[in-house]
Amino acid sequence: MLTLKCPFTGALLDETELNCGGEAHRKRFGPGSSDEDFETYMFTRENPRGVHFELWLHSYGIGKWFIAARDTETMEVYGTYPAQTTEPPQEVIDAINAKHPGWTWREFS
Amino acid sequence: MSEPISALNHASFDGIAKVEECGLQGMITLRGNLKDKVLIKAVKDAAGQKVPGQREALVDGDTGVCWMSPDELLVLVPYTEVEAKLSAMNNVLGGTHALAVNVSDARAVFRVSGASAREVMGKVAPVDFSTDMFQPGQIRRSRLAQVAGAFWMDDDQTFRVVCFRSAADYAFKLLKVAAQPGSEVGVY
Amino acid sequence: MSTRLANHGRLIDRSKKVTFTFNGTSMQGFEGDTLASALLANDQMMVGRSFKYHRPRGVVASGAEEPNALVGLGQGNRFEPNQRATTTELFNGLTSVSQNHWPNLEFDVGAINTHLSRFLPAGFYYKMFIHPKPFWKHVYEPFIRQSAGLGKAPDKDSRDADTYEHFYAFTDVLVIGGGIAGLQAAKAAAASGAKVLLIEQTAHWGGRAPVDGGTVGDEPVDKFVEQLVSELETMDNVTMRNRCMGAGVYDHGYVLGYERLTDHAPGAQGPRHRLWRIRAKQVVTATGAIERPLSFAGNDVPGVILASAVRDYVVNWGVTPGDRVIIATNNDDAYRTAITLKQAGVDVIRVVDARSSAGLLAEEARQLGIRVDPGKAIAKVKGGKRVKKVELCNQDGIGGAREEVDCDAVAMSGGWSPVVHLWSHCGGKLIWDEANAHFRPDPKRPPLGADGDGFVVAAGSANGPLALGDVLTDAHAAGKAAAKAAGHKPKNTKAPSGDATEEAAMEPVWLMPANADIQLRMKSWLDFQNDVKVSDVQLAAREGYESVEHTKRYTTLGMATDQGKLSNINGLAILADALDAEIPKVGTTTFRPPYTPISMGAIGGEARGEVFQPIRRTPMHDWHDKNGADWEPVGHWRRTYAYTRPGESVHDAVNREVKNTRENLGLLDASTLGKLIVKGPDAGKFLDMMYTNMMSTLKVGKCRYGLMCSENGFLIDDGVVARIDDDTWLCHTTTGGAERIHGHMEEWLQTEWWDWKVYVANVTEQYAQIAVVGPNARKVLEKLGGMDVSKEALPFMEWRDGKIGDFDCRAYRVSFSGELSYEIAVAASHGQAFWDALMEAGKEFGVMPYGTECLHILRAEKGFIMIGDETDGTVIPQDLGLNWALSKKKEDYLGKRAHLRSHMADPDRWKLVGLETVDGSVIPDGAYAVGEGVNANGQRNVIGRVTSTYYSANLGKGIAMGLIKHGPDRMGEIVEFPGTDDKTYKAKIVDPIFFDKDGEKQNV
Repeated sequence: MLTLKCPFTGALLDETELNCGGEAHRKRFGPGSSDEDFETYMFTRENPRGVHFELWLHSYGIGKWFIAARDTETMEVYGTYPAQTTEPPQEVIDAINAKHPGWTWREFS
Repeated sequence: MSEPISALNHASFDGIAKVEECGLQGMITLRGNLKDKVLIKAVKDAAGQKVPGQREALVDGDTGVCWMSPDELLVLVPYTEVEAKLSAMNNVLGGTHALAVNVSDARAVFRVSGASAREVMGKVAPVDFSTDMFQPGQIRRSRLAQVAGAFWMDDDQTFRVVCFRSAADYAFKLLKVAAQPGSEVGVY
Repeated sequence: MSTRLANHGRLIDRSKKVTFTFNGTSMQGFEGDTLASALLANDQMMVGRSFKYHRPRGVVASGAEEPNALVGLGQGNRFEPNQRATTTELFNGLTSVSQNHWPNLEFDVGAINTHLSRFLPAGFYYKMFIHPKPFWKHVYEPFIRQSAGLGKAPDKDSRDADTYEHFYAFTDVLVIGGGIAGLQAAKAAAASGAKVLLIEQTAHWGGRAPVDGGTVGDEPVDKFVEQLVSELETMDNVTMRNRCMGAGVYDHGYVLGYERLTDHAPGAQGPRHRLWRIRAKQVVTATGAIERPLSFAGNDVPGVILASAVRDYVVNWGVTPGDRVIIATNNDDAYRTAITLKQAGVDVIRVVDARSSAGLLAEEARQLGIRVDPGKAIAKVKGGKRVKKVELCNQDGIGGAREEVDCDAVAMSGGWSPVVHLWSHCGGKLIWDEANAHFRPDPKRPPLGADGDGFVVAAGSANGPLALGDVLTDAHAAGKAAAKAAGHKPKNTKAPSGDATEEAAMEPVWLMPANADIQLRMKSWLDFQNDVKVSDVQLAAREGYESVEHTKRYTTLGMATDQGKLSNINGLAILADALDAEIPKVGTTTFRPPYTPISMGAIGGEARGEVFQPIRRTPMHDWHDKNGADWEPVGHWRRTYAYTRPGESVHDAVNREVKNTRENLGLLDASTLGKLIVKGPDAGKFLDMMYTNMMSTLKVGKCRYGLMCSENGFLIDDGVVARIDDDTWLCHTTTGGAERIHGHMEEWLQTEWWDWKVYVANVTEQYAQIAVVGPNARKVLEKLGGMDVSKEALPFMEWRDGKIGDFDCRAYRVSFSGELSYEIAVAASHGQAFWDALMEAGKEFGVMPYGTECLHILRAEKGFIMIGDETDGTVIPQDLGLNWALSKKKEDYLGKRAHLRSHMADPDRWKLVGLETVDGSVIPDGAYAVGEGVNANGQRNVIGRVTSTYYSANLGKGIAMGLIKHGPDRMGEIVEFPGTDDKTYKAKIVDPIFFDKDGEKQNV
């Protein structure tokens, strides 16, 4: 039962107010893309043990999507930020670096 | 036109707190850039209030403005004035990219009041209702058990609770169970 | 015999007698008794029978760890099985029955199992019931089901008479356990100004300390506890709850507290149980320690009780479980029991101490005249339903040279194990403490919170220290540490100094005598509740069960309601010994919440009866209800399936509605259809991405039917879109789709195209929407007056704002039935009045309301698809012949790329066709079409399935739609649908439009 800080309201939200939307920072491949790219976009997921980036929706609430950087093993939360971005903000990357030097996740490190 | 009827037509219940359906409340959902000067003026004209800050509710009786999200406000006006206010608002907004829409009939509003009102709310929403964490002037959108809702405090012992009209019957029954006699928690 | 003493009993009020029954016999106790203490006061030694061998069982403990004294409590709507007598507070009129026996407690047929126990070793069920295979279903399973389970489930017709609730609580520091450690930790934390919540599972504060004695500062410990409690009660930042158990610790400081409000006063006002859903920044587990039994033969005979429990019964409730008691121990603490008993006037025959020497408490006992035998052990307890004799021997050796001693109770102590459950629930790790032979929390490896730091601190004996002074020091430090970690500044204070008699070291004793022979081991119980003996665990080890988790499942050690609170450490020590491994290497089984079972009522909370689930109601719900609505759940909505008239079957009502709507006039409550406003300079572009067809080109005032696919290509919704003005569209969704499609749009706008200028608002419930359908639809609207609804003024697939009668409305000329049809939206608060007006005006035109089944049949007659019937998450528009709705002009829309994948373009995909039964019958719902040949399992090959199937009253026959392989190329062919009724339904493949193929009726 997680609590995540909503970057829009500043409130600490209970997991029961939220819905998880799966992996964050996916790049869309539409018409014209190769089968491989489309397959990766639609179906391939990281499923890491450790650092992970996930989309969360405050569904029982303001209805906004945000991204949580979370450790799937320890449940540590490194930060949350609005979903309107293609990459994690520097302070979140710094927070992960402090705990997991040398971490990588897809193209991020 | 017929006499408009709210979802539960002023039903009420007395337990460890009083639960009342408030009847019809004029409500306008306004989406847009909350820093936009035109929008700020439209809000001021309609409700006589400034645009509220994050999680702020500036409400006086049946008039006011609530912060719903970074790009959404709930403007409260008397029910009978809502169409006029909405059209005035749309006139002011003009070509501004914004969406103002009447949702008065899509909602039900409850008042939960009394010394144990905070505890009644604490049974249905996963929110800290202690006096230092939740006060008049603040709004929170969260769960009311199994349905979505928004609530703010009119004074230290009175909540206003908004949910979808279709869920009014559930919300009222839920609040009745939460306010049943003998169920004081003794925390707030 | 076990009796009430003339003195002692700090928790009972002898002036207040309480009457209760056990197995129908009326008994008396006092206010403050537990059911267990009252039963013992009435010399009810035997309180149940064991699970497997049906051996007589008596009370063995005094608290939550009790494995034996489980009873059925209450009657009728308040009956509950498996309730622990030791944690049940006595009240007037309590009724209890013992469990696990037939025909009665004293004489039980199942007890034959104890004589068969040689043939029922560990894994018996696994070994026995495998062969022969057919026996499982007809012989073994019925037998096992008959004898499985502990108590009896409540009668199926009874309904829980009580209410329950949840409460969300938030605190800086949560202290679990109101013993002396919890109280002290709470005080130390609260002194920093931190908000503290202190919960205690029993009705009393102070835990064991007042029973065990000692002094704090200059005061007796019970006085110190009293003062501490009153001090905490006056602090504004401290909330204290007794009868509230810490049930489980979860991620991010989430803790469940289980408060039992009226269990001790059934029928009192308010909820029976309250589940506290607590978020704590820091949690202090001051959960104490549990005494371990000793493993000797006959240690399960009623009257063999934990030494600490014996002390509790004497001090707390003035009850002694025997007149002549023998005490067996491997530590000094048990001497407190000897001394307490002696001082209460009970004959302590002797203390059998497995160690060669003992400490000061043993000296004190000797001075009171108690005989102490060092190096001795109990070889065997004799007696069936109660203790009669004990055979003593040397601890070293196999148990020879025995001395028989008469007694009627045995108090045993095998040392103490910290209650590490709550520490462990969320990942806290343990270390093995050699000196005390127990596992205790490893402070370096606590459960981790959201910030990556530990959020649980163990305090007092739950953390290892057992002596009063050490407990206070540890708890004080824990309270301060928790306050600090929660962001507060603890006061620089010292723990009060506690003083109790110093104790000599304990010695681990896992078996008594140390090398007991097999005869003794087969009668030495580890797990009283599940009948697991030393010999069973040893057998499991020999058979290769080396993992403690496997051994648990194989032997049932530590299973069921007590989860091995008494048995786990002893069991794994035996396993370690059998494996010749060290105990910490063998490890413990996983500690899972809840700490003790909590009621289903508490878990459900308020969600029962009328508020079990939200039921969404349209503005006309009450009218439907009063007018014969046969309700159908659609998502959380309730919609009318059909309006039955008195004496009319639902089927007949549907047929009547179907015919009337085609021939006269029908009204449908369509308020549940989703209505989403999409507005902005980029709204057209956005809707072109959302829908497979073009929406940006729709002209103001017009409507267009649209399809929505997921990015994966599958159909997710459909509906009519209306262009309201230059930058505003109104999208109708399916009934179940409003919130889902609103969310779908927001997801794309927020996570992909956040720079597009579009706002969406869900206005579904702002409107009551009524479909006015049938040849007389225009007539009724014209009678009401107002806007022009003629063919010219409001053509098919257009909309207008205006008035109908007195009602402001928006009228859409759309049809899901093939009839002349208007959908009229008015403000929800006028919905009922508008419905009434239509019903009244429609009388002369033969108006009837119709329900969802009629709606389904009318659309099926027209071959219109229904999301959720023709689609199931695997169907694409091409399967349904909807290629016309897939824009070729658009470069992109959700699903376009996916439709290019090879499987999506496969010509073998099942495609939509109409199906007409050869004999007019109705194909069963969900039936599959079978083709030639069989598959690898010998089943007929499947070539399609029915998606919608109805009896059409208009056509007088069964009609259906289905997805059939190569279906559109097989028009006129007959396919077979085997039913579950052993009949095979034959149907001809036809065009899916059964009625008015050219659409003449709707376009008038």
